[in-house]
Amino acid sequence: MRAQDPLALSASELAQEVYAGNLKAHDVARTYAQRVENLHRELNTHIEWDKDAVLNEVDKQLAYIEAARYAQKPLPLAGVPIAIKDNIMVDGQNVSCGSQLLRNHRAAYDATVVQKLKAAGALIFGRTNMDEFAMGSSCENSSYGPTVNPWNRRHVAGGSSGGSAAAVSARLAPLALGSDTGGSVRQPASFCGVVGLKPTYGRVSRYGLVAYGSSLDQIGTFATTVQDTALLYGVIAGHDPSDSTSANIPVPPTSLGPSSSLKGKRIAVIEEFMRDGLDEDVRTHFDQALQVYRECGATVETVSLPHLAHCIPVYYIIATAEASSNLARFDGIRYGARSQKPGLNLRELYTQSRSEGFGREVKQRIMLGTYVLSSGYYDAYYAKANRIREMMRREIQGVFEQGIDLIASPTAPTTAFELGQKTHDSLAMYLSDIYTLAANLAGIPALSQPIGLCRKGLPIGMQLMAPAFGEETLLRSAQVYEQQINGTQKFRPRI
Amino acid sequence: MSSKSTELKSSDHGFNSILARFEPVIGLEVHCQLKTESKLFCGCKTTFGALANQNTCPVCLGLPGVLPVLNHEAVEYAIRMALAVGATIRERSVFARKQYFYPDLPKGYQLTQYDLPYCQHGTLLLDNGRRIRIERIHMEEDAGKNIHGDNASYVDLNRAGIPLLEIVSAPDLSGPAEAAEYLKKLRAIARYLDISDGNLEEGSFRCDANVSLRPVGSKTLGTRTEIKNLNSFRNVEKAITYEILRQADVLESGDKVKQVTLQFDAAVGRTIVMRSKEDSPDYRYFPDPDLGVLHISEARIQSVRANTRELPEQKVQRFQEAFSIPEADARQLTEEKELAAFFEDVVKKVAGSVAPKIVANWMLSEYLREFNARQWQFEKPFVSSEHFAKLLKLLGEGTISGKIAKTVFEEMAATGADPDGIIAAKGLVQINDSAAIKAVVDQVIAAHPEQVAQYLSGKQKVYGFLVGQVMKISAGRFNPNLLNECLKEALHGKS
Repeated sequence: MRAQDPLALSASELAQEVYAGNLKAHDVARTYAQRVENLHRELNTHIEWDKDAVLNEVDKQLAYIEAARYAQKPLPLAGVPIAIKDNIMVDGQNVSCGSQLLRNHRAAYDATVVQKLKAAGALIFGRTNMDEFAMGSSCENSSYGPTVNPWNRRHVAGGSSGGSAAAVSARLAPLALGSDTGGSVRQPASFCGVVGLKPTYGRVSRYGLVAYGSSLDQIGTFATTVQDTALLYGVIAGHDPSDSTSANIPVPPTSLGPSSSLKGKRIAVIEEFMRDGLDEDVRTHFDQALQVYRECGATVETVSLPHLAHCIPVYYIIATAEASSNLARFDGIRYGARSQKPGLNLRELYTQSRSEGFGREVKQRIMLGTYVLSSGYYDAYYAKANRIREMMRREIQGVFEQGIDLIASPTAPTTAFELGQKTHDSLAMYLSDIYTLAANLAGIPALSQPIGLCRKGLPIGMQLMAPAFGEETLLRSAQVYEQQINGTQKFRPRI
Repeated sequence: MSSKSTELKSSDHGFNSILARFEPVIGLEVHCQLKTESKLFCGCKTTFGALANQNTCPVCLGLPGVLPVLNHEAVEYAIRMALAVGATIRERSVFARKQYFYPDLPKGYQLTQYDLPYCQHGTLLLDNGRRIRIERIHMEEDAGKNIHGDNASYVDLNRAGIPLLEIVSAPDLSGPAEAAEYLKKLRAIARYLDISDGNLEEGSFRCDANVSLRPVGSKTLGTRTEIKNLNSFRNVEKAITYEILRQADVLESGDKVKQVTLQFDAAVGRTIVMRSKEDSPDYRYFPDPDLGVLHISEARIQSVRANTRELPEQKVQRFQEAFSIPEADARQLTEEKELAAFFEDVVKKVAGSVAPKIVANWMLSEYLREFNARQWQFEKPFVSSEHFAKLLKLLGEGTISGKIAKTVFEEMAATGADPDGIIAAKGLVQINDSAAIKAVVDQVIAAHPEQVAQYLSGKQKVYGFLVGQVMKISAGRFNPNLLNECLKEALHGKS
C-alpha cells in the first residue's frame, strides 16, 4: 500500500483508493479538516466552521463506510469530503442561508441530496458561505462577510455559491454543492476556475434546499474536473417522490469513458451575447476555447436569440415574486430570529423581526417581488414575464431542434471583479449574471468550465448549455475539451 | 354599519313585510373538510382530537426547504363531489399561493386553487324544485389554530394541511330557509359520498354567507356583505335573517349598504363588522411553482364514476318506489346516511313478515323518539337493528300486539334487552286461544249488564269500553282480532 497525499487526488481517485482500502477515510478527513482549519479564515469560505464537530460527524460516517465495504455495497463517494452550501439541510446542523435571521436555525432533517451523499459514502464537510438567501452575484451579501477569491483576495469569489466555489478552488474540499437560481453555481465556478454544473430543472431533488425562486432553483455541483463533476452529479441526480417537480426520467450512466472526438457535434454561439459589455480578455479566451472545440471535431455557428435580451427583467420579476412568497415563513413567529424589542403587537413583531433580520439586498428583492404580485400589477409584470419566459424557452428549444447540440457563451462577461466594486450598483451586479439566466429560465442544464486566465491572473469560464436532460452531452463534450487542454491542473491557485 | 342600536327598526314590521319590498340574494361558500387518511400535501394523519402538534411533519410545519406532494385520495374525493352535483371537471387546474401573515399559517401562504379550480358549473336541487347553481368547487389546505393562554399564545398545527373543498354557490338562494336547506343537502351529499363527516361543531363543515338585498323586481344586485364562519344550521338562518333585517333598515333609511366582512355573534344574535372592503388584504395570489399543474384525465373521472355511491335524492326515489312509502317519510329517513342504512337493514331482516311501510312508521315515530331523547349514536345504536327487527317480526307474526310492542320497545330502549327476554319475563306473549278469550268475554259481559244493554240498544260507543275491560283483565295480551270476534259473537248472541 503506497501512502498518498489525499490533497493530490481527484474525488474519483479518492473514492477508489478509500474503497480499495489503500487510503483511510479517517486520514482523508483529517488532512482536509486541517487544510480548512488553516485557510478558511482568510478566504471566509465557511460559516461557523467547527473542526471537531465536523470530524465527530465524520466518525459516524466512517463506520458506515467500513460496513458498506464489508458488505461490498458500492460507494461512489467513499471517504470523499464535500462542502455544502449553507442553504441545504443537513440534519442537526445549523443552516443560516448567510442570514442573521436564521443564525440559530437548526435543520431537522436531511435534504434528499444529503441523504444520497451520505449513502454514497461522502463526508459532509462544513457549511459554505453564500449571499444571503442566495441573492447576489459576489458573496458580498452574506451577513458573515464576503468570501474572497483564492486567486486574488482583493477580488470576489462570485455568488451566490461563492463559499463552495472558493472552497473547491482552494482544495478545502474536492467537491461541493451549491444552488443555482440564475447562475449561482456557474458564475462563481467561472470566477474561481472550477467546473460548475447546473443540472436540468427537475433532475436533482430540491427537497431540503431553502427555496429562493422555486421555478428556477436547482442544486448544482462544484468540482475541479469534469470527471468529478460527473461522479457527483450521478450520485445526486434522480427522481424524488418528495419533490413534485422532480422528473421521473432515468439518469443515464455518468461514468465517462475515454474521451472520444466531438466530430459531428454542432455548437451554437449566441450572437446577442457577444456584443456590448463583454470584456475583451474574456472574448479572446472564449474564441480560443471555441477553436479548441473545433480542433476536437465540433463545428461552431452563430445563432440569434432575440428574446434573451429580456433575461434580466424577466428573471428579476419571476425570481423576486417567488422569493417574496418563499421568504414569508421567516417572520420571527415560527422561523427566523424574533425581535426582542418590547411592547410589539403581532403586526409590529413581524415588521420588526424581518427588518432586523434581513439584509439590504434581500429586502430589496422581497419588496420588488411583493410589488409585481400585487393586485393590479400582476398582469403587467408577473404574468407578462412568464409569457416572455415561455417565448425564450421555445426560442432556445427551437435552436436545439435545428440540430444544435450545445449552446456556448462565456459564463460571465468579466472575470472576478474587485470587492466593493459593484455593491452600490444593483444593476451592474445583476449584469454579471446576464449569460447564465437563460438556462434557469428555460430549465435546461448548463456547465461552466475554466478555459484560461485573464491578464490579471483570474480564471475565465465558458458556459455550455444542452437540451433538457442532456447532462451527458454536456459532460462528455466538456471532458473532451478538458483533455485537449491537458487537464485542469493549471487552474489551481497558488495557496 | 351602526352598532349603536341593538334593536332593528324593521324587525317591528316583521320579516314578511320586508320580503314584500326587498328580494334577498344569498350565496354560500361552504368549507367541507375531507376525511382522507392523510393531509393534502404530506403523510400526516387527519384524526381529530390528537395532542397539539402531534399530527405534524416537516411539510405541514412549513420547515424551510420542504415541498408539497399532492394527496391523490383527496383528488378522488373532490371528483366524487363534482360528479354528485353534476359539475364540469377541468382537465388542468392549478394550486395558487394565497399569501398573508398569521401565526397559524407557518408557510406564510395557503395553498388553494384560485383562478383555475378543478371544478365548475354544478347544481343542487331544493325540495321546492329550485336549482341552485354551484359556481365552482376547489381544493385547498386548512390552516392551523391559534390558542390564546394567559400570558402567551400558542399554535396547534394538527389542522394545518388538512384537505378542504370550498364549494361556492351562485347568489341563487332567496332566503334563510333556502340557505339552510342548501347547506343541509350539501352536507348530506358529502356524507353519502363518504368524503366528509360533515361535523359542524368540530368545524369539518362550515360556511360563509354573502347577503345582499334588492328592491323586488330589480335586476341589479345590491351591495353584498359577507358573514364569516357560520358553524350551525341555526346560526346560518339566524345570521342571514339578521343581516336581511339590518340591510333593509339601512336601505329604508336612505343609506347605502357598505361592502364589509362580518362576524356573527350567536350569543347576541347580531353581525359585527370584522373589516371593510378598504382593509381587505391583497393576497397576491400566484401559481404555486412547487406543485405544477394538476391534470385530471377523463379516464380517472370515469373510474371514480364507476365507483359512485347512491346520493340522497336517488335514495329518496328508491325508497318511495321499492318500499311504497310516502315522499315525506322517504326524505326523513334519508336525511342521515346512517338512519337510512339502519332502516334498510331492518327492512331486510323482517322481509316477508313486516311491510317496509310499517318499519318506516316505527322508525320515524318510536325509534327516532327514543334515539333523540336518549342521544344515541348510529355508530353504536343502543337498540340494535337485530333487536328492533325481532320486535317488529313478533308484531308482524302476531306474537304480540301493537300496544305490547310499544311497551316492549320502551323497555328495550331503557335496558337494551332482547325483546324475547322482555316478553318472556313479563309474560307479554299474545294469547290466541279463543276459548280463553271467550271465558274472559263472558265474564265481562256478566259483570256489565248495563253497558251491554246500552250497546244492544244502539250505543256503539260502549263497545270500546267493553273491549277495554277485556284487555284490562288480559293485560293487553289477547289477540285484538280474536277478541273482536269473540266479543261481537257474544254480544250478538245476546240479542
